[in-house]
Amino acid sequence: MWDRNQMAARAAQELEDGMYVNLGIGIPTLVANYVGDKDITLQSENGMLGMGPFPFEGEEDPDLINAGKQTITELSRTAYFDSAQSFGMIRGGKIAAAILGAMEVAENGDLANWMIPGKLVKGMGGAMDLVAGVGKVIVVMDHTSKHGDSKLLKECTLPLTGKAVVDRIITNLGVLDVVEGGLKIVETADGVTEDELRAATEATIV
Amino acid sequence: MKKVYGSAQEALDGLLFDGMFIASGGFGLCGIPELLLQAIKEAGTKDLTFASNNAGVDDFGIGILLQTRQVKKMLSSYVGENAEFMRQYLSGELELEFNPQGTLAERMRAGGCGIPGFYTKTGVGTVIAEGKEVKEFDGQEYILERGIFADLSIVKAWKADDTGNLIFRKTARNFNPPAAMCGKVCVAEVEEIVPRGSLDPDAIHLPGIYVHRIVQGDHEKRIEQRTTRKREDV
Repeated sequence: MWDRNQMAARAAQELEDGMYVNLGIGIPTLVANYVGDKDITLQSENGMLGMGPFPFEGEEDPDLINAGKQTITELSRTAYFDSAQSFGMIRGGKIAAAILGAMEVAENGDLANWMIPGKLVKGMGGAMDLVAGVGKVIVVMDHTSKHGDSKLLKECTLPLTGKAVVDRIITNLGVLDVVEGGLKIVETADGVTEDELRAATEATIV
Repeated sequence: MKKVYGSAQEALDGLLFDGMFIASGGFGLCGIPELLLQAIKEAGTKDLTFASNNAGVDDFGIGILLQTRQVKKMLSSYVGENAEFMRQYLSGELELEFNPQGTLAERMRAGGCGIPGFYTKTGVGTVIAEGKEVKEFDGQEYILERGIFADLSIVKAWKADDTGNLIFRKTARNFNPPAAMCGKVCVAEVEEIVPRGSLDPDAIHLPGIYVHRIVQGDHEKRIEQRTTRKREDV
């Protein structure tokens, strides 16, 4: 079974030299630690390409934040732009991939990650635009809930962020692709058998 | 044509009325028109509708207008950082229309460009699509979203000249240019008004044609999530 960092490292393998990528909040943020020598440009949807690491203490700039409102730094390749242009490049398919967290994914690629009815609704932010627009949507998530229920479902029960948008799912148990008719196992995590992965999955595995 | 005003209050003089629709720049607390929001609070204008990506925090940004119950409705993509907002929303005192972030930005840009509606695939098959026209182009579904035409735009820039040409700084640009474009009148607060001719014409982010009034002031520029790394980490 993979831990958070191993999931992030596995997700980083999806990235190829020259890609422009948007990373979501949570485990996806850790992916940046595992890109190695690959030439990857990170987009922050509040208006930046070429996002750098967190600043040193005392060097925080209130005019320089990421989409999670955290202080960050710029790189020699950085470019800034406004929100309309930022989502223009997202909607226009210029961003090669988005790596996002999820609450539920369905076997047809439906994604739910923005609201739980009856609980506090904070908003979808840029998630709906990202999943509708980027080249490839890669979800990184725990395979099951705390209660052991599968989060990879035949149909999502939560309100959708996007319909049939997910391409690949990386969980603590393995990697699955959304294909015609359901999910296809690409690989299993260290120490996880294909039978164990199937048993933990409600969605149809083809 | 005089665009430079002495204070945020003066810059808003004659522009505010109850029930008006205001588009505001800013992302979180970054690049928000903090001085103009304070002046609107002091003016006491009521029943405001705001198009703004976020609603500030309890005591900064649009949050200060929530404390005084001056806001009737918000068009936003994310409102998670504001407890008073949630309290008013859950008790039904405040209307909220969630817009996907890129849809909100494009609605402002479109309004400013004279485009009353556009089709987007963002939100297709979700609650965002409910009640909206769906149209198919080349085998793919899109939904119709409306351009925003606001009564007033309030924005924050880094530098301006006296003709209203604006330059923003780093990620504080965010929603400011599209918000500035979609209002009948735009008031910009800036950190510095520089002499005409001292801004590189090739480097102007927003031409002064969109900016009707300018005020220079001191900004708190509060940081919402101060995140750092230790030097030893390197």
